[in-house]
Amino acid sequence: MGRKPRRALRHATARSRRRIASRPRTARQPAQRTFDVNACEQFLLHEARLLDDGKFDAWLALFTPDAWYWVPSEPGQADPVETVSLIYDDRRLLETRVRRLSSPRMYSQEPRSRTSRIVTNVAVEEAGKGACTVRCKFIMIEYRREQQRLFGGTVRHRLVKADGRIMIAWKRVDLVNCDAPMDGITIPF
Amino acid sequence: MSANLSEFVQPGRVHRQIYTDPAIFELELQRIFGTAWIYVGHESQVKIPGDYFRTFIGRKPVVLVRDTEGAIRVIHNQCAHRGSLVVANDKGNAEEFQCCYHGWTYYLDGRLKAVPLQHGYPRDFDPKSPTTAMVQVPRVTSYRGFVFASEAADGPSLEDFLGPMTTSLDDMVDRAPDGEIEVAGGVFRHAYDGNWKLYLENLCDAAHPIFTHRSSIDAAQQQSDEAHSDGSGEIAIRQMRQNGAPYSFWESQVGIWTYPNGHSYLGDYHDDAKLVAALKDPVFRDYIAAMEKKKGKAETRRVLEVRRWNSNVYPNLSFMSQFQQLRVVHPIDVNRTVVHTYNFRLKGAPEQMFRNTISFANTVNGTGSLVLTDDLEIYNRIGMGLSSAGAEWIEIGRGMQSDSPDGHGGWRGQNSTSEIYIRNMLDAWLGYMTGSSLHADAAAKQQREGARAGS
Repeated sequence: MGRKPRRALRHATARSRRRIASRPRTARQPAQRTFDVNACEQFLLHEARLLDDGKFDAWLALFTPDAWYWVPSEPGQADPVETVSLIYDDRRLLETRVRRLSSPRMYSQEPRSRTSRIVTNVAVEEAGKGACTVRCKFIMIEYRREQQRLFGGTVRHRLVKADGRIMIAWKRVDLVNCDAPMDGITIPF
Repeated sequence: MSANLSEFVQPGRVHRQIYTDPAIFELELQRIFGTAWIYVGHESQVKIPGDYFRTFIGRKPVVLVRDTEGAIRVIHNQCAHRGSLVVANDKGNAEEFQCCYHGWTYYLDGRLKAVPLQHGYPRDFDPKSPTTAMVQVPRVTSYRGFVFASEAADGPSLEDFLGPMTTSLDDMVDRAPDGEIEVAGGVFRHAYDGNWKLYLENLCDAAHPIFTHRSSIDAAQQQSDEAHSDGSGEIAIRQMRQNGAPYSFWESQVGIWTYPNGHSYLGDYHDDAKLVAALKDPVFRDYIAAMEKKKGKAETRRVLEVRRWNSNVYPNLSFMSQFQQLRVVHPIDVNRTVVHTYNFRLKGAPEQMFRNTISFANTVNGTGSLVLTDDLEIYNRIGMGLSSAGAEWIEIGRGMQSDSPDGHGGWRGQNSTSEIYIRNMLDAWLGYMTGSSLHADAAAKQQREGARAGS
């Protein structure tokens, strides 16, 4: 489900490729040894708060330099390169997305949305040395120009430890209504 | 609604009411969507007998299906008994269609196959009568795999209706080295609170990107190319930067062509040397090699020199051959529209070409696109603005002084910033709705003046 897309792998930098190659495949450690579920949950709550507060630059700073952010258009979508996605941003496009959010001429955010998120059911799905995949449920209410929308679904974060802090290597958001007719999406989930 | 619809469209202006009046919307469903050739789907969506695909003609639910003989049919998705929707899944394969209410069962071409408790019906009950079938849409025709249906039993043939737009559809198919394309890669369904006509009226509008898309142009121009990209972001950012081309570019290098029945395309734009899949790009080089191997050098050159951006077939279809995109407009209500967008795979092309198609789709057609979201905002704002009678008329006269017949039944705009294609769509609208045509009036007037000058 949350696998790194093949193409991203192929285009990965030599450094990140070495890192992937050197990832231990068998010696899985208990989550608690490297990532405490409580620490993960606190991290997710912190991320949700940054997004609700519109601190998108700070949100972007949570991602690793070769991170990707993905909102599939189909339930159980296998990859982001052979099928369209509501959002599929590599690091470069994610930076552009966040920069646009601060533009005074982003007309689809004039007036701006207000959002309120609930993040819950946090569980560590898979943990290795210095990295883990965390699954959670989310609900996001978006209010803009007299209309309120409700989004919800499952999120998977690949969290890594870098310089002693947690960072997002990738994030996949599966909306329950990902294949519904939908008005434009401007605020990241 | 005013008694005389023909007054709503005048030279260079149109009345706001045709975008806001529910009664006019209902008439459009009858007179435009109920008579014109409506794009329904592509043959690759129903490859083998039993394959079906659920869609709409106007607001009427229909099923595109390949019957047991392999023929393509379009049937109304309604049970002849109590009117229930029969086919509920978006797509699939079926041996027959069965209504889940009382079990009426239909052949794939819509004919009634079996009825439980048939002995209970009156003696004149005829299971072979068209009134006990899922009703077939009377005319269904494909042009090179693109399936259109018309609810009018008589009228122009599909090719007459399309006119020179067949060359744009040819361009969609001819770009495949194997000469075949297929729908692939999922679908976007994006929605807005505005009239359906607004969508096509934006797709050849070269004057809006520099304003509407300013935020994504600026953000893309400021983006460092040093940041990591797996290739998809690179395509997106290049496209967004291209939206920032100055007016001089649009006025000097991009043209607009319009044709009878409301069709149009932008041309001379995004030539293959400037494309993301640029000539020096290794993927594009492989593609050209595959094309030349299958089609020869001369034909490959001919195909790649057809340079079109959006091609619009009025009233419900827009497509773009260079990145294999297709959009279908679904009118939901006078002030609500949903657009379904599809991608095509070019058979015989390098796999990476299709991945570029997907990246491009995410960029320009994606619900979370950095570009499309500002277009949707415009449609919403027009919807809100036009609901006010504060100003009654909409100005659509840009470039009008230079509209000129091209000698083949079409009209050229002076350049891509002309609103000629909107005037052309509304002329078709007048034709469907009232039987009159401003273009025909203008052409007759020119002819009269020419005759006077010659005498």
